[in-house]
Amino acid sequence: MNSIMRRAPTLLVLLSLLAACSSTPPKTLPEPVYPEPVFAANRIVPEDAVSVTAVYDPWEGMNKRIYNFNYHFDQWVFLPVVRGWEAVVPSPARTGVHNFFENFRDVRTMANSLLQASPTKFAQSTGRVLVNSTIGLFGLIDVASSMGMARPDEDFGQTLGHWGVGTGPYLVLPIYGPSNLRDGVGLLPDAVLQNYIQDDLLAQPVRATAFVFDSIDTRAQTSFRYYETGSAFEYQTVRWLYSTKRELDVEK
Amino acid sequence: MKISCQNAPRFGDTPGLHVTIANFSQRFLAGLCLLLLAPFASATATVENYGYPVHDRYVATVIGTPEGHQADLPKDIPFKKRRLNVFPERQLPDVIWYGQELIYSEALQDRPAPLIFLIAGTGAAHNGGKNVNMAKAFYKAGFHVVSLSSPTYPNFVSAASSTGVVGDAQRDAADLYRVMEMIWSRLDGEIEATSFNLTGYSLGAFNSAYLAKLDEDRKSFNFRKVLLINPPVSLYNSISLLDRMTENIPGGEDNFNEFFDRLVEGFSKVYKEQDEIGGDFLYEAYKGMDLKDEELAALVGVSFRISSASLVFTSDVMTDYGYVKPKGLELDRYADLTEYNEVLSRLGFTDYYHEFFYPFYKDENPNLTRDQFIATASLTEIADYLRNSPKISVMHNQDDIILEPGEIDFFNEVFGDRATIYPTGGHCGNMNYVDNVALMVATFAEGAN
Repeated sequence: MNSIMRRAPTLLVLLSLLAACSSTPPKTLPEPVYPEPVFAANRIVPEDAVSVTAVYDPWEGMNKRIYNFNYHFDQWVFLPVVRGWEAVVPSPARTGVHNFFENFRDVRTMANSLLQASPTKFAQSTGRVLVNSTIGLFGLIDVASSMGMARPDEDFGQTLGHWGVGTGPYLVLPIYGPSNLRDGVGLLPDAVLQNYIQDDLLAQPVRATAFVFDSIDTRAQTSFRYYETGSAFEYQTVRWLYSTKRELDVEK
Repeated sequence: MKISCQNAPRFGDTPGLHVTIANFSQRFLAGLCLLLLAPFASATATVENYGYPVHDRYVATVIGTPEGHQADLPKDIPFKKRRLNVFPERQLPDVIWYGQELIYSEALQDRPAPLIFLIAGTGAAHNGGKNVNMAKAFYKAGFHVVSLSSPTYPNFVSAASSTGVVGDAQRDAADLYRVMEMIWSRLDGEIEATSFNLTGYSLGAFNSAYLAKLDEDRKSFNFRKVLLINPPVSLYNSISLLDRMTENIPGGEDNFNEFFDRLVEGFSKVYKEQDEIGGDFLYEAYKGMDLKDEELAALVGVSFRISSASLVFTSDVMTDYGYVKPKGLELDRYADLTEYNEVLSRLGFTDYYHEFFYPFYKDENPNLTRDQFIATASLTEIADYLRNSPKISVMHNQDDIILEPGEIDFFNEVFGDRATIYPTGGHCGNMNYVDNVALMVATFAEGAN
């Protein structure tokens, strides 16, 4: 769902609204007393226990509400559209659309490799963009991958991480999904860059709908489904996985 | 410790073209938790000249079958997710509000064909790796495939368990049977099934044995062939073995965090070095880490414990039993569950058995002692039936890690030449090996039309 970054400004406005909503203090009723369960935390978990999968998540209440919103958005909007897309557009055409947008992501990687002062990644991503934009017919065919060219993936969140900026609190973005404060902010410069390039390259009608198709393609490529593990601990598992992956991506 | 195998997002249908968070988590978590291990799923005559390349039972259990030795399976089959409202009247607690409908998957032929049901192992889903591989093999061989989660998968517990408390051989079989009947009544007319067949691995194999027996009375399917892959003999023995594996954490359980960090570091190193997370990710990670057998055993134990946590929590909130959640406390969908996960990550499955499962069902059978309860959850209970049922066969491994020493002999003794015992493979590690897949398919293809 990376591609939603182009709408990042809208998303962030929406997010701040949600944050505002959820900042009303919860009503405080006197806590009823329940019988102690068979295995109570105060007897089982040592006081100094440190959870290995803990992630800094002071906004958990808000995040879980957005997580829940994303599920409903998936059910009522996103997934029906994706199913329609897959039913109507033949597979080779979908692959072409996918490659087309991936080519723009390679441009994003070029820019961020420069900002990270990484000549190798810059060379790799530049090579891909050159090959795919020419032989690959404006990015519709991923010739570069067929040729075995490496595909680094860098965004501004990673660039900030590269220069030592911490992640800040965990953050679930509306529609977009798991993120953190640093990576969420990082969506903005990437979006600005993408808008700038597409303004130059794409005809107006294509550009106006590009965001929509990019989003559909990204959702179609992402097989994660909210709540489908059935586990009550899914939220915290996803949180840990996202955080670990991003940490590694910054180091990578 | 909060991470959980079961909790891993599962992705059935769309192979991503690049590493998204989704397939990252799939590989990574699979790696970390060792392919879910389906932990219920381990002398005499064994197969000779067996070419499965991994000879250590723990390594086999953890990494499975390396690429290049796997069966040649189709990349994509029409494997579709379906939902079934088994108990429309059921009111779930808000904290598991999403668990009303059972999710399963099916891959159907467009002509009359034999139908096969697949039952996943402990804590595993209908679209977990092992079921998907079996689905591909059987679909390729011309079968209609219906794939079901284990009764121990949280979604099954909330949507399809009659009581919300699983682990009873007969009741779990009855719950599965109800689901299978409902699915068939939905498919009947849409497709034509020339026969009904059944297989499962690990705990799913154990379930299959009891399902076959139940079907003799109920006769909804009259199963033509049933194949049990790496079943436990005694459930209690197997869960005890798995629980005890956490004792192998280097330095004891107090050093769990260091052990966990070391594993994460190992997987991370491989992740960072590779451009793409390929099929041999696990194997590469394993080679890079140089884990000892004790550490692999610890990993298996931890993975089993983590997978139990989601299951037990689901049962606890469904029944308001008061196991880790105080009785009467209603949690909503946004509640912070960290504390419960922390408690459950420190408990074993045997704790659940003694402090939840047994007391929960004791009222129903006041005459059964704890030992009798344990004894009934075993294939030995139905050994006579298995011995005299030519349609049921078994595939197992001499070195399966979930069997007590000597338990493997049960299969040769009871099944005779309907038992195929491989010398290696650990617990379900060889399920994707080319010879094993060939035998699975041949078992059902023979005489089918």
